[in-house]
Amino acid sequence: MGERKGIEVSLAIAEAASMCDVDCIAAYPITPQTHVVEHLSEIVADGELDAEYIPVESEHAAMSTCTGCVAAGARTFTATASQGLALMHEILFIASSLRLPMVMVVANRSLSGPISIWNDHSDVMTERDVGWVQIFAENGQEAFDLVIQGYKIGEDHRVTLPVMVHFDGFILSHVIEPMEMLSRKEVKSFLPDFEPIQRLDVDNPISMGPVGMPPVYTEAKMATEGALRSSYGPVVECFDEFGKTFGRRYKPVETYRAEDAEIILVTMGGISETAMSWVDIQRDKGEKVGLVRFRLWRPLPADDFKNAIKGAKALAVVDRHFSPGGPGGPVAQEIKYVLYGSDEQIPVVEFVAGLGGRDVTFEDFDKMYTRTKGVAQGEPVPPFELIQVRGGHYGEV
Amino acid sequence: MTRQVPNPNWRDLAIGCAVTEPGSAKYNRTGDWRSSRPIWNYDKCIKCGVCTVFCPEGCLSMKPDGFPISDMEFCKGCAICVTECWTGCIAMEEEVE
Repeated sequence: MGERKGIEVSLAIAEAASMCDVDCIAAYPITPQTHVVEHLSEIVADGELDAEYIPVESEHAAMSTCTGCVAAGARTFTATASQGLALMHEILFIASSLRLPMVMVVANRSLSGPISIWNDHSDVMTERDVGWVQIFAENGQEAFDLVIQGYKIGEDHRVTLPVMVHFDGFILSHVIEPMEMLSRKEVKSFLPDFEPIQRLDVDNPISMGPVGMPPVYTEAKMATEGALRSSYGPVVECFDEFGKTFGRRYKPVETYRAEDAEIILVTMGGISETAMSWVDIQRDKGEKVGLVRFRLWRPLPADDFKNAIKGAKALAVVDRHFSPGGPGGPVAQEIKYVLYGSDEQIPVVEFVAGLGGRDVTFEDFDKMYTRTKGVAQGEPVPPFELIQVRGGHYGEV
Repeated sequence: MTRQVPNPNWRDLAIGCAVTEPGSAKYNRTGDWRSSRPIWNYDKCIKCGVCTVFCPEGCLSMKPDGFPISDMEFCKGCAICVTECWTGCIAMEEEVE
C-alpha cells in the first residue's frame, strides 16, 4: 500500500490531482482552497507533473478555460470555493450539458454577505441544478481518494460528466491529517489515460455548444438528465473497485449505527465525524440513535437513503444552508421529496446549524435530539429551526 | 442533432448536442424567416458586387451574366444589400403568400 503520512488536506488533494496526471489546470485562488492550486503550481514548476498550468484572471475564466481544455481532450483539474463557485455559475451548466468530464474540488465556504471565509454549505447548495456529479468528502483521506475516483467516474463513457468533490473549507482544507497517500503507479493502474468520447480535432471537426431551438431544447435537457441519473451505476462500480483495490470502499449513502436506530441524524460533510462521536456517546447511554449521510449528492440516491432510514421513528436533518423566505434547508427538502408518497412516513425535523463556520457541538446535537425525540413521541413537527441563533427565529415573540 | 429527423427523440441526440457534420447549417433553410424580399432593377445595377460582399448570410452570388441573385432558400430579408447598394437599384418587396 502507499505511504502513510501527516499532510495538510489541501496539499494532499493537489498531490492526488498530480498523481492523476492531469494535463491542464486553470485556476484562481480563493480562501480556503488556495493551498490546493498553489501546491499544484509548485508541483508543475518543479517538473513533477507535466501539465499546462494556466493562472487565469477569475473563476469565471477558470471554468471557461477548463471547459475548453476538456473539449480539446485534456484531463483537467480546478478548485474553488464560495464566491468563486458562484462566479463560475453560468459556465457550470455548459460543462455538464456539453458532457465534458473534469474534476473540480470545492472547499465549501459560506457565501457572502457578510463576507465569510468559513465553512458551510451555502456554496454547494446553490449549485444543485448545474448537472454535475457531486460527491462529499468527510475527511482528508476521502478528499484524496475522491479526486482519483472523480476522474474514473466522470471519464467513464457511460457518464462523460464533470464531477465536483466537496470538502469542508478550513475544517479540512487547512488541517493536517494522517492519511495513506497512494503512489503514482497505483493511481495509474486504477485510472487509465483519458479517452474522450469526442473532442475538438481539426482532422475530425465537430462543433460543441450549438444553439438549441425550442423544438430540441427539452430533449437535450432530458439527455443530460438521463446521463446524470444513469451515472449512479458507474459511481457504485467505481466505489466498489476502489474498495477492492485499496481497501477503502465508499457508498452513495453512508450509515453509522443506524440499523436499529429510532432517531436518525442526517448530516453532510465534515460535521458527520463530530456527529459520529456524538452518536457513540448516546449509544453508551443506551439511546438508540444513528447517523446517515449522503456521500453521493447528485444524482440523489433516493433508494439507498430510504433503505438506510428504514424503521426510524424520526429524522433530525442538519442542514448547513437554508433558502431565505423559502422552505428551509435543501437537504431536508430533498429528503421530504424522497419520502413523499412512500409507504414509510417518517417525520422529518429540520435544523440549520453551522452557518458561516460556527462550530456544531455536542450540545447542539443534544438540543436537536431532544426536539426530535419529542416528535417521535407524538409532538407536532416544528418548522425548521436555526438552532444556534441568538434572539430566536423570525416570527417568534 | 440530425438533419433527417426534424423533431428528434432525446435518445437520438448527439452527446452534448455536438454537431458532427461540418457545414450542416446549410440544412437549416432560413428563407422562411423572411417577411420581404430584395428585388433588383438590373437596368440600374452596375455589377459592382458590393451587395454580394455585404450579405451576412452569404446567399448573394453573381450570375454568369454578372448580375447578382439572392438564394431565396436562405435570404432572411434583412435589407443590408439595399442599404449598401451604390446605385440604389435594390428594393424590398413584401412577401405575399
